[in-house]
Amino acid sequence: MSAGTTTPVRPDDAAGAARFGFLNGFASLLRAEWIKFRSVRGWVIGMIVAVVVMEFMGLFLAQAHVGCQVSGGPAKSGAACVQPMPLGPGGEAVNDQYYFVHQPLGSSGTLTVRLTSLTGWYGGNGGVPAAPSNPLAGLQRGLQPWSKAGIIITDSTKQGSAYAAIMSTGSHGVAMQYNYTSSVAGRPGAVGPASPRWLRLVRSGDAISGYDSADGAHWTLVGAAHLAGLADTVQAGMFATSPQHTQVTQFVGHSQGQISPSLATGVFDHVRLSGGSAGGGGAWTGDNVGSNQPFGPGSTQAETFHQAGGRFTITGSGDIAPVVNGMGSGPTASISQHLIGTFAGLIAVAVVAVMFMTAEYRRGLIRLTLAASPRRWRVLVAKAVVVGAVSFVAGLVAAVIAVPIGAHIDHVNGLYVFQASAATTARVLAGTGLLLAVMAVLALAIGSMVRRSAVAVTAVIVGIVVPYFLGVAQVLPTSASEWLMRVTPAAGFSVQQSLVVYPQVTNSYTTPNGYYPLGPWGGFAVLCGWALVAMAGAVYLLRRRDA
Amino acid sequence: MQQETIEVSALRKRFGATVALDGMSFTVRPGQVTGFVGPNGAGKSTTMRVVLSLDAPDEGRALVGGRPYASLPRPLSHVGSLLDAGALQPSRSARNHLMWLAHSQGLGARRVDEVIAQAGLTGVARRRAGGYSLGMRQRLGIAAAMLGDPPVLMFDEPFNGMDPEGIVWMRKFLRGLAGEGRTILVSSHLMSELQDAADHLVVVGRGKVIADTSVDELRAAASGDRVTLRTTAGPAAMAVLERAGAAVIAHDGDTLTLSGLAAGQVVTALNDGGVPFSEVSAHRATLEEAYMELTRDAVEYRAVGR
Repeated sequence: MSAGTTTPVRPDDAAGAARFGFLNGFASLLRAEWIKFRSVRGWVIGMIVAVVVMEFMGLFLAQAHVGCQVSGGPAKSGAACVQPMPLGPGGEAVNDQYYFVHQPLGSSGTLTVRLTSLTGWYGGNGGVPAAPSNPLAGLQRGLQPWSKAGIIITDSTKQGSAYAAIMSTGSHGVAMQYNYTSSVAGRPGAVGPASPRWLRLVRSGDAISGYDSADGAHWTLVGAAHLAGLADTVQAGMFATSPQHTQVTQFVGHSQGQISPSLATGVFDHVRLSGGSAGGGGAWTGDNVGSNQPFGPGSTQAETFHQAGGRFTITGSGDIAPVVNGMGSGPTASISQHLIGTFAGLIAVAVVAVMFMTAEYRRGLIRLTLAASPRRWRVLVAKAVVVGAVSFVAGLVAAVIAVPIGAHIDHVNGLYVFQASAATTARVLAGTGLLLAVMAVLALAIGSMVRRSAVAVTAVIVGIVVPYFLGVAQVLPTSASEWLMRVTPAAGFSVQQSLVVYPQVTNSYTTPNGYYPLGPWGGFAVLCGWALVAMAGAVYLLRRRDA
Repeated sequence: MQQETIEVSALRKRFGATVALDGMSFTVRPGQVTGFVGPNGAGKSTTMRVVLSLDAPDEGRALVGGRPYASLPRPLSHVGSLLDAGALQPSRSARNHLMWLAHSQGLGARRVDEVIAQAGLTGVARRRAGGYSLGMRQRLGIAAAMLGDPPVLMFDEPFNGMDPEGIVWMRKFLRGLAGEGRTILVSSHLMSELQDAADHLVVVGRGKVIADTSVDELRAAASGDRVTLRTTAGPAAMAVLERAGAAVIAHDGDTLTLSGLAAGQVVTALNDGGVPFSEVSAHRATLEEAYMELTRDAVEYRAVGR
């Protein structure tokens, strides 16, 4: 090597500084850190390993099968064993079971009733009545929170039909609900002989408005539904239904749930229907909609109605609501279920992200890095952008492969895969990338602060992976695991939630069932908060400490 | 070549109970090789790290071309440095190592290939740097320092682990850089390595400057100049020379060792006195000896301090 270096590579200072402005400088730094990343084969392989592990765990380990055998018949499996769930107008699986006293209604009309009583029974004995002759024997008196009786206008008595209804409920007052997923609260308070509820539905074409009143004179609009494509002639009438009774008992290490059916009985009078096919004076028909088996095994029919003069007593069991994931929801799967390997991918990503920083300290390379870029925070931010972007791509690729293939496998295996909107699916896919990206940034920041790979990787596992396991694995009481999923960086896994919480359905909306306590973006924000705090700490220490 | 100095003024820094820098001040000027020499632990590396804004001093400041290093927009175009040839990611190739560094300064692949060629690494540039010998790593480190074609260069112990051939090459390389008008600071804990390389010396011990002097001045200041005289007339010679002001240090057969007179003065005195002699030779004190003398206190202090 000769000492002579003749190539002019250094423009004069002023011009150089101007040309090498802030953005240019940062873009150059990004490029430098990207070259650093891609030129270490182990780190690139680490990211590929993250994707492979996520696919392996998601597609091979997280599989459920449904099998069945009719006595004497061949063993069957998958979709052949499962009765398809009814789907609502939005394509989502629904429960649609209620006792319905109805008559036809034309394209416009009004149905008004007075509800004077809502009472219920539920099975304290697993739902098995003590005496077959008396379906109520052995049952306890009481309503479920979302036991309901009221009036409904529905496209037909087929399960999954479009509808709008206004009702009084066990403990949520008056509500107007339509097309399974929508629920609007009306007048609060319980119904009883001293406090009857007047309910009214008005149809005008596809539009149905719901009103409530305490006296039948002063009406309040509760909500309005637009039911696209509603038939000219629909069914209108009174209904009663009551979702299953659920009791969850917490034990140390696990919780146990008991499910039993329930009944609700509504008493109606002052029934007025205008716009009916027979001019409002037609006969009322009773139908136990969606019921393929009577209440309680071996019981006589409990769901029924009695009409005495203008007074109707209607008893039903079931629900008119979307299916949610939880106890008694049957063979279901969410699209997120095949992202179960994310935590394992995260470990690989975190190791790479930590090393991206700590390897520089191990060899003293950090001195060259910081000599080349004395504005140290920019080095850390450039590293975060690079490792975050690479992790995002890894997470996105893993999810884009695992989610559709996994859903297809579930479908073949006979599971109902909860429908997720395009926006939700996109959020789950991109969210998996974002989750890995932000966690990589957090790992990088921890690595920068502690400067040692083993310590930093341990911190990431203790801080993210362990709380995640405790959150999903039902080893802690629900309140403790929900707390972990609120405050630790593991809350970020929420962004993978694909299931929707429906307040009008009582359920155990817990992390193990696929419902995170803060919701998708709330939980993700908690993770981002951790990453921001860690980055701020890392920048502070990087600037303050000697390299 | 734009000329820039390194100015270090009144640096103080402690690491816990250890005083690393205790009022370190000196200026490194362009166009010459400045040797930065002192025992291990004298504060040489710490000073270089402070110059590069890697370590923050407790007091004092360091400027490059009149500006703090951290304020330089593309610092590698001002200062090239080689602090530790082992500061590499072993699995990264030499070319990629230079590539990220170049891109961080807005330089491109062409400049990388130039410095690779200058460092004689063209054939091995795409191999893992972890497989490099120490000598190759030194060359890679020098290539990295030269990336920005900087007017100021700092090398920390560049002779470490070099074979004699490499040392000769390094000296020539450093002199060549200085000849282009660059400002060169080279540290070493062995004065012998800087002999024939450095024009100027900053001798440090215990975190401060002991001597800031040219190589010639240091030599002259050394008290150890000797003259060796070979003569058959020993007693006569001793009498004449002592009268002229010399001190006889040793007398071994035909050979006398004197101090206090330069060789020329010895010849004159002997000729004036008519004393025959066969050989007069001047023995100049080595820089090593001068340096040992200067830093003895610092070394002893450390030996006691530990």
